[in-house]
Amino acid sequence: MSIKLNGREHELSADIQNVAQLLGSLSLENRIVIVELNKEIISKSAYADQPVRDGDKVELVHFVGGG
Amino acid sequence: MLQIADKIFASRLLLGTGKYPTFEVQKEAVAISEAEILTFAVRRMDIFEPSQPNFLEQLDLKRHTLLPNTAGAKTAEEAVRIAKLAKASGLCDMVKVEVIGCDRTLLPDPVETLRASEMLLEEGFIVLPYTSDDVVLAKRLEDLGVHAIMPGASPIGSGKGIINPFNLRMIIEQSGVPVIVDAGIGSPKDAAYAMELGADGVLLNTAVSGARDPVKMAHAMKLAVDAGRMGFEAGRMPEKNYAAASSPTEGLFI
Repeated sequence: MSIKLNGREHELSADIQNVAQLLGSLSLENRIVIVELNKEIISKSAYADQPVRDGDKVELVHFVGGG
Repeated sequence: MLQIADKIFASRLLLGTGKYPTFEVQKEAVAISEAEILTFAVRRMDIFEPSQPNFLEQLDLKRHTLLPNTAGAKTAEEAVRIAKLAKASGLCDMVKVEVIGCDRTLLPDPVETLRASEMLLEEGFIVLPYTSDDVVLAKRLEDLGVHAIMPGASPIGSGKGIINPFNLRMIIEQSGVPVIVDAGIGSPKDAAYAMELGADGVLLNTAVSGARDPVKMAHAMKLAVDAGRMGFEAGRMPEKNYAAASSPTEGLFI
């Protein structure tokens, strides 16, 4: 299946079915990252229960330098 | 001490975290500035380069308070979206409302800033709007219940310093919440001047990150903010149009 990840098409292997697994596949599980799925913010406690489906739009955002 | 909502800070210098030459320089600059509140922007992660160092992740969050901004937003709705994402990190409940209305000047959109502030207050944020130096707008924001007012000294990143001290002074005098002069500070004299006008704090970024020696400038800004504040508290002498001799006129023998 494929999702739109930070504006780009991203192929997911079949074993990635939830947000926690998606973050793990990107080695982001220990990073400060905020997840927005189809414009809904996903709370950290829901990562393992939140399914990722074909065609989903996922934004992974973080804090960068700014004034 | 600077109090914003229920939070108390020893430092009246708020520092931006953009555009430093290296992380090492930035860390040293932040340390020597003694700034507690640091601003950040919220952006897409470069997920295809996840090993990139991230300044925030190297920061001792027990010593610093995050002030995410909504930079990039042009509408209230966009600002609220960014603010909610920042808060979802679980690392902050304050937000610098920044809704830009003009790409060339980066001046804030007053209507959208007001709307965004109202929406974010309803969502329970501690709201610090970056605003122009409009005196009535500052009052309208305060009436909404914002926790601090952050009028610009001059356009963002311009380093032009305080171009309208008259308006800033009126905003400071009327305000029942802290006034933090944000944007446009170019040099230590500007920071000291803002504090002498009675500002509760100064927020700056490029004045430090864009200096030839950012670490030394960060130290200078700390001293300038302290000096300006002390000068304000001490109460400056009255200004006169003509000279008044400091040496006695009596006992003159020539």
